[in-house]
Amino acid sequence: MATVIDLARTPVRELNQALHSPEDTSWRVLNPRGAHAVACGIREDLAVDIEGHVGYYCAGMNQRATVTVHGNAGTGVAENMMSGTVRVRGNASQSAGATAHGGLLVIDGDASARCGISMKGVDIVVGGNIGHMSAFMGQAGRLVVCGDAGDALGDSLYEARVYVRGRVKSLGADCVEKEMRGEHLAELAELLKSAERDEDPAEFRRYGSARELYHFKVDNTASY
Amino acid sequence: MCGIVGLHLREPSLEPRLGQLLSAMLGQVVERGPDSAGVAVYGDPRLSPPGRAVVSLLGATPAEAEAALAEAALPGAVAVQADATTVVHAGLSLADLLAAVAQALPRATVIGSGTGMAVLKGTGNPVRLAESFGLASVTGWQGVGHTRMATESAVTPEGAHPFSVGPGQCLVHNGSFANHATIRRELRARGVGFDSENDSEVGARFVAHQLERGADLEKALRLLCERFDGFYTLLVSTGDSFAVVRDAIACKPALVAETSEWVAMASEYRALDVLPGIENARIFEPEPEEVYVWRR
Repeated sequence: MATVIDLARTPVRELNQALHSPEDTSWRVLNPRGAHAVACGIREDLAVDIEGHVGYYCAGMNQRATVTVHGNAGTGVAENMMSGTVRVRGNASQSAGATAHGGLLVIDGDASARCGISMKGVDIVVGGNIGHMSAFMGQAGRLVVCGDAGDALGDSLYEARVYVRGRVKSLGADCVEKEMRGEHLAELAELLKSAERDEDPAEFRRYGSARELYHFKVDNTASY
Repeated sequence: MCGIVGLHLREPSLEPRLGQLLSAMLGQVVERGPDSAGVAVYGDPRLSPPGRAVVSLLGATPAEAEAALAEAALPGAVAVQADATTVVHAGLSLADLLAAVAQALPRATVIGSGTGMAVLKGTGNPVRLAESFGLASVTGWQGVGHTRMATESAVTPEGAHPFSVGPGQCLVHNGSFANHATIRRELRARGVGFDSENDSEVGARFVAHQLERGADLEKALRLLCERFDGFYTLLVSTGDSFAVVRDAIACKPALVAETSEWVAMASEYRALDVLPGIENARIFEPEPEEVYVWRR
């Protein structure tokens, strides 16, 4: 039996403090009603189920825990996550998984603008579509999109790898389509499996950095 | 930051609860804009009785307004106080009431005018202001609200949103326009007057100018997207419409929820969660540079 915390009666700060010194490994959070910073900063191997829609920065800085949002998430879900798993059963707003260093973020629905902005090692799997400027300046990690991607995908990308099954509206600066080799199909299959999805990896295309932007070119000296 | 809330009712049986719902929504976005607030309400019989022109004013008490208008041979004018705002209504054409107000109360600032709509603004905590406005007892078919965190001009009732510069029109803004000084100059050259140095007023004047020139609301907002640079989520309302538009980057938040009974827009989900039937609403984020318009 999970420990139940009802946010209609308990402030978010008390919930987060309880999750930081946990006396149980399984938690259910009721009535989030769009509250911000729910289940942030967890460092233990816990399972947290949030029953409803959350506001900004849910499960931010997560380490080791498995946090599931049974609803939609606002801006910056799992931002700066280090490890563990965050799953959003509905849609996520902008900047999902921003700057996250590790772990797995799964969004069953759509993610809006700037999904995976400045990602630094996280794996993100989106069941639906993603908005514009996703994976902007992504440094490391993998972004998998089962639907379509919006404008300027992967703008100023470093070494994050992006897989998209549907249509890409436009690629950002220095982002190019790349060959899908065996090792990519294998890692994609593994990512889809870990997100409990059954899409065929062969239906995806791979995008990455052309590496033209982040090396200084002596020809451009006059521009500075 | 700044917080936006808006509610457009489709189900007439909810109209007695408009102010109560709008007030609850406003209370959820206080942290986004704690320095001042304003609302526009459409259809309240006390603030805007049917068939009467309505002008919302700052800088004149109700007693001053009634006395000055009585002296100007407008004995039927009624003035209602709502915090810093005085709402005046009279059985005249809107143009005649505006002219009479300009003559009788030259130092007052008109912050809204129309038939069937009143604008209420003030400074201070938005929850206290909503109480001071008597918002919870307001009724009607549409309302918009804004909580302000001032960036571009001073914290005054004049600087609070909504900006209402055309008949029955209101604009609330989260963001900041980068090229407002240029557009203000262009509009001034075309004869458009301004009350403040506020960037959002330029947006409202631009929309009102386009509507006056014959554009519909959708067209006016498309033109705004073409002409304005900067960050914006806008909620724009008129005597029959409710519209939302965001800039191309879309970093200023916006959520729309829609049921068969109402359409609502807010900066954050928690402001929508207070609405009846939210659990079955269609909830979505407006796409960048796409104009959404709902008509009565």
